[in-house]
Amino acid sequence: MFPEIGQFSLILSLFFALSLASVPLVGYWKGNRLLLESARPLTFIMSVLILVSFITLSLAFLTDDFSVLYVSQNSNSQLPVWYKFSALWGGHEGSLLLWVLVLSGWCSAVALKIRGLPEDIGPVVLSVLGMVCVGFLSFLLFTSSPFARLLPDVPADGGDLNPLLQDFGLIVHPPVLYMGYVGFSVAFAFAVAALITGNLNASWARWARPWTAASWAFLTLGITLGSWWAYYELGWGGWWFWDPVENASFMPWLAGTALLHSLAVTEKRGVFKSWTVLLAIFTFSLSLLGAFLVRSGVLTSVHSFAADPTRGMFILVLLLVLVGGSLLLYAIRASEVRSKVSFGATGREAWLLLNNIVLTVLTLTVLLGTLYPLIFDALGLGKISVGAPYFNSVFTPIALLLMVFMAVGPLSKWHHTPINVLFKVCSVAAAVAVLSAGWVVYYYEFGFIAWLSLAVAFWVVVLSFSDWFSKVSAGTKGIIPRARQLPRNYYGMLLAHLGMVVSLVGIVLVSVNSQESMLRLSPGDRATVAGYEFQFDSIEQVKGPNYVASKGQFTAYQADKTVAVLHPEKRFFTTRQQVMTEAALDAGFTRDLYVSLGEQLDDSAWGVRIYVKSFVRWIWLGGLLMMAGGLLAALDKRYQRRAGV
Amino acid sequence: MHPVRKKRLLVITVIVLILSVVVGLVMYALQQNINLFFSPSQIASGEAPRHANIRAGGMVVQGSVKRNLDTLAVAFDVTDFQHKVTIEYRGILPDLFREGQGIVAQGKLNENGVFEATEVLAKHDEKYMPPEISEALKNAQNSMGESKEPAQSTY
Repeated sequence: MFPEIGQFSLILSLFFALSLASVPLVGYWKGNRLLLESARPLTFIMSVLILVSFITLSLAFLTDDFSVLYVSQNSNSQLPVWYKFSALWGGHEGSLLLWVLVLSGWCSAVALKIRGLPEDIGPVVLSVLGMVCVGFLSFLLFTSSPFARLLPDVPADGGDLNPLLQDFGLIVHPPVLYMGYVGFSVAFAFAVAALITGNLNASWARWARPWTAASWAFLTLGITLGSWWAYYELGWGGWWFWDPVENASFMPWLAGTALLHSLAVTEKRGVFKSWTVLLAIFTFSLSLLGAFLVRSGVLTSVHSFAADPTRGMFILVLLLVLVGGSLLLYAIRASEVRSKVSFGATGREAWLLLNNIVLTVLTLTVLLGTLYPLIFDALGLGKISVGAPYFNSVFTPIALLLMVFMAVGPLSKWHHTPINVLFKVCSVAAAVAVLSAGWVVYYYEFGFIAWLSLAVAFWVVVLSFSDWFSKVSAGTKGIIPRARQLPRNYYGMLLAHLGMVVSLVGIVLVSVNSQESMLRLSPGDRATVAGYEFQFDSIEQVKGPNYVASKGQFTAYQADKTVAVLHPEKRFFTTRQQVMTEAALDAGFTRDLYVSLGEQLDDSAWGVRIYVKSFVRWIWLGGLLMMAGGLLAALDKRYQRRAGV
Repeated sequence: MHPVRKKRLLVITVIVLILSVVVGLVMYALQQNINLFFSPSQIASGEAPRHANIRAGGMVVQGSVKRNLDTLAVAFDVTDFQHKVTIEYRGILPDLFREGQGIVAQGKLNENGVFEATEVLAKHDEKYMPPEISEALKNAQNSMGESKEPAQSTY
């Protein structure tokens, strides 16, 4: 009974989404107040219906209703209860339902907050969001309903969740990532609404900014969580693979970062207007492209869902309609929203323009590397893959260049900055950065790239703090009251920029200062890795709720003192007959010890990976700082006041 | 020149400069880092270059996995059911590596026709088949001709 309720309310929600996508727009063109005002209730009803459908599916999972095909494919009665719940988004259909739920959540949030907007813009924004909902709801209903039944032959038990997904990471990573991905549809809706109404001024940018900052913060956290999850779960200690699907989440992040900065310029100075709109459309398109890449199976990736051409086709059509439609609208209307203000070549605008150019270029290089195998195949040139070295060698220098500019932008003034002042501050910072990085690199015998990256890191830190200091020390009020007066927006930026630095330091040190070894060890053997001595103590068989495992014990010593006892496992999941590596970690601020079991080679010997990873935590710590910065910026008082009236 | 035009010229020059550097970098990096995929049949017919970074893959032949007794070195055969190629690897194989499973390896073909792998990839879901391999299997099957067809239609 319950699954039918879920299916039914999903169908109903599609009808409400269709009305949301059309009625307020008709109201806008006819100037009919009543039709315009229907946007909010329509949004709420649609969201509640989607929530009902989500709840029925989670009930089906929690009660082991294996008559539902999707449940029987992705769950099992032996599965721990929290994984039963998160198994809901462990496959294609359910994760799409989660996607739609998150989308409806953003729609409701917009509906709650739009009272501060002029009366005709809010409903148009909601209406555009309604169109996006129509697209995803029909995708869900027509190609991938999670409520299909297996009647009358109900299986006795389910096929179990992929063991790789039976982890805390699955519980948090997809919802947060989707919050980010889908959140950019709000920025998109604002952009399209601006094109429809022709109303694009500084206050438009002020409404769009907190939404963009919030979704950017979620996407940052989602990517960070994904990287951390891959690191401990995949069993070989990598934290970023340039996998097509990782790139699919990274491209909207890059474009979203550019959007965040160009929105700032549009708000403060009223320039870059049409570019900002284009960027909002571009960012959302990249989110859709990501969905297409993950769900169509056109690219080889660790994330791929079992491929289904009709689904791929559907998203491609959706992508073409939404993106094509909005670009067409842009082509017709953009001339009306063009900015009429000019800006100086030394002002902050110029630095932010540079930021936007570089970020766009970065997005395009990632896009090219990701799609190149598809292009190559379509031209009949053969099957290829683009290796991580491509991304590393192209991305690293451009990203470092971006960070050099990143430090200068905040120092400069809007419109025009006296060049000699800028030069004075920068030359001091450059000297400090180059020398201190040089000292570190000389002391630890790192290479040129490490020196360059560390110099850039120190450069950003020095300039950021000197900027903060010059802001709080100006005037007569004393440092602490001045520091408290600076807007949250400013601290958000500072935090996000420093987060970038922390991540950069982590990335550099983990790549130049780590030691990785793969060894053949039997219980009793010892091995030395990066100054730590690892002893393989023992291995025993243990039984988990839905698996049996070989559990090893390793003790790590440094200068004959015990540092950590590690228990890596090799699990065998009985239902799926699948083997899984569970790495053991000793996490630390400056280093991680990482031990994972490979295969059993003979009666006693095992293949073992032992890594000592330098500063690897910093990569994710930086991600967390960036997220906090984004949230702080989204919660700036200026937006609160505007939205509240 | 008009100041607005001058500014535009400056902006465009900067964009063009950055773009040309990037394009050069991208072209160079792509040339170095694209890895073509070759099926065992293609390797047997000599289509695959020697000593160049390529990818090869197929189904792991039952009973072909041979391990060295003292090190992590391992050798196994992969097949597209027409031809076989031997792959040598030193390191830990992925969890889903199993005889009868589809895998893709990255590495170089040496002068003896043995594929020396630097990386062996198996997918994280056992229902999932890498597209390169399913296509290679399909091609191999098609080229075996009509003899296979009746057998398939009898089920």
